[in-house]
Amino acid sequence: MAGPQSADSSARPASPGASGASGASAAVRTRKVYRNIDIGDLAHYRLPIPGIVSILHRISGLLLFLFIPLLLCVLQASVNADAAVFHGLYGQPLVKLILFVLLWSVLHHLCAGIRYLIMDVNHGATELKAGRQSAAIVMVVSVALTLIVGLKLW
Amino acid sequence: MVRGARREAVGAHYGLSDWLMQRITAVAIGLYVLLLLGILLLTPGLDLAHWQNIFRSQMFRVATFVALMATFLHAWVGMRDIIMDYIRPTAVRLTLEVAVIVALLAYTGWAISILWGGR
Repeated sequence: MAGPQSADSSARPASPGASGASGASAAVRTRKVYRNIDIGDLAHYRLPIPGIVSILHRISGLLLFLFIPLLLCVLQASVNADAAVFHGLYGQPLVKLILFVLLWSVLHHLCAGIRYLIMDVNHGATELKAGRQSAAIVMVVSVALTLIVGLKLW
Repeated sequence: MVRGARREAVGAHYGLSDWLMQRITAVAIGLYVLLLLGILLLTPGLDLAHWQNIFRSQMFRVATFVALMATFLHAWVGMRDIIMDYIRPTAVRLTLEVAVIVALLAYTGWAISILWGGR
């Protein structure tokens, strides 16, 4: 459904009678229109915050899958091994760093996942404003939880 | 594949079952993670001995196993989505999908040995 490429057609109709309408449409007109974007355009494309949450949901899920072996190693050491073996693995700075990133991954994936489940059952949550707000909440809450749990664990 | 009005809700491979699987497993994993967070944050002075004591409970081991199985099924649907999005050649796509399945089956065996295999 490729429509005409003029910026006017892609601009949302300004609310009637709003004094800032002309200014807003002028701002829309100057914004570059991206279509069939090349991979090189990604650096210049400002992803809206729900888009950022979406791609981070995918990246965090991929990270968690790739590091399942490490997580199982830590689980094995923590459940079955002596304290010395566990701390030998867990005490390494690189392992701690990876586990911290994975902690954020779990919490971001959880918070964003809850957001998507809410959107499945409540279509009001998919409105633009509500979607932006909930995306911002997901970003803030997942980072805050990561810091709280991280401080408790380390 | 049956298309249009002849589709059945319980028919094979419409994508709905994957979508549903992703959500059911998500809820199971979410409940387990909340349980873990509760233990981590609300246990005063949690140490390794306390942690190992929790895992002596057969109920907790079963809950952990269910959560891990849900995670692996969830990971299969998600990884398949990612592979289908970015990998075009059929041979590469199939190879990666098989690799994911084999890895998840291996992790299943590993998880059983961790939970019930002892030292």
